[in-house]
Amino acid sequence: MVDLPRRSLLAGIAALGASACAKINDSEAAGSLFKAAEDGHRVLHRALAGKQGLAKEFRPDQRSPTFRGNGSVTVADPFYQEQLAKGFPDWKLEVRGLVEKPLALGLADLKALPQRIQITRHDCVEGWSAIGEWQGVQLGALLDAAKVKESAKFIVFRCADTLYGRDYYESIDMVDAYHPQTIIAHSLNSEPLPEKNGAPLRMRIERQLGYKQAKYVKAIEAVTSFAQIGQGGGGFWEDVAGYQWYAGV
Amino acid sequence: MKKHSLSTRLWHWVNAIAIIVLFMTGLNISNAHRHLYWGHYGFDAGDAWLHVIRFPGWATIPGHYNLAVARDWHITMAWPFGLGVLFIWVAMLWNGHFRRNLMTAPKDWTPGAVIASLKAHSGPGAGHAHGYNPVQKILYGGVFGVLLPMMLLTGLAISPGVSGFAPWLVDVFGGRQSARSLHFIAAWGIFGFFVIHILLALTDWRLILEMFTGGKRVGAAPPTPPQPEPAPAAEEGAPAHG
Repeated sequence: MVDLPRRSLLAGIAALGASACAKINDSEAAGSLFKAAEDGHRVLHRALAGKQGLAKEFRPDQRSPTFRGNGSVTVADPFYQEQLAKGFPDWKLEVRGLVEKPLALGLADLKALPQRIQITRHDCVEGWSAIGEWQGVQLGALLDAAKVKESAKFIVFRCADTLYGRDYYESIDMVDAYHPQTIIAHSLNSEPLPEKNGAPLRMRIERQLGYKQAKYVKAIEAVTSFAQIGQGGGGFWEDVAGYQWYAGV
Repeated sequence: MKKHSLSTRLWHWVNAIAIIVLFMTGLNISNAHRHLYWGHYGFDAGDAWLHVIRFPGWATIPGHYNLAVARDWHITMAWPFGLGVLFIWVAMLWNGHFRRNLMTAPKDWTPGAVIASLKAHSGPGAGHAHGYNPVQKILYGGVFGVLLPMMLLTGLAISPGVSGFAPWLVDVFGGRQSARSLHFIAAWGIFGFFVIHILLALTDWRLILEMFTGGKRVGAAPPTPPQPEPAPAAEEGAPAHG
């Protein structure tokens, strides 16, 4: 039997909890708590994995039959569409920002560099996963070729697609930038990237969630801080929806 | 001697808050992709083994669909939950709570022991039995030994950052999507325990109070037997309800 005072006590505790949640949700205290929790996961993962710990790679027969496209699956820009139709003969990937030697590379230039092929799992923040084989150039090699400066702390990816009227972008720190599996991919399952998966170039950052894997990449920018870019969250979804910048959880 | 040690009480309430928030934010996160799969990959609803309902706002934190905020809370509360599971296991092994109250003997698993437990629990004077009966040991053992560690480990296995140092953990569960399915199943297992636990606790409000104050061990044997601590004769009172 439940007597009334006890029930009201419990209801009171529940209400207190609920209103506390609602109140602290938007407060700065909650913001710093969430940030601390997110940083804690990143530090723990890095401590246990080391900077170079590899994400699992799969056998060819373990690939998913198709690879889902999500978020932007098409790019409205007329130049992009013209290039897509022709196979991107004039597409240039810029490497710029805090580098001593800015680069502008075409697809043929990238394919002439040493390649990495990896069959990895793509995990969307929504919960689903797909497995595909990616081929491309290690970001670290490009940064070395461009002689990235010591002062660079983050790498920002500028994209050709827009969502909700904003340019897509993303950013990672130098640990992930120099991770062996961080590549600028031009092929998926031995074919040029389809439009829905980010043609002609997309990032693979294998120890983080899908929204970090910028598609339709136009430029790679070395910066000291991303506070002045977009709304300062370090990425499109971070700005628009408040997603975690470290997407390893 | 308290019925519930300080470590038990502290963990109990911290964990209670953590699992309520984790469960309700988890339902919000589930709404982002309402299909569960087995294996390493899964994104096509046609391959799903289960199509999950859309959980209504009253069951989720926040009370409307917001994946970013739900994940903020989930990722944050994962800390007290995960560290708490480690803490309580160390504490239970250290202070004898595990050996005294949760560890089963082969005889506890016989049908006779189970029937006797159920009879004792529903007859007159139920709730004032001394110590944990076999059914309670098995159920609590299942929560501590299976459900809580499984929540923690499947949660880690779903995280792509963990694949950098423990890819074997994902394989143990049969792939990331299997781990995600098991995370969902274990969450409902804990929810089931939670409901029974609260219903039984509400039958006697002193049980709830004792989880704050620690209570007293009732029906303990005379305090003199010259055995070493922890005294095996010091029976637990009635912490028994769920």
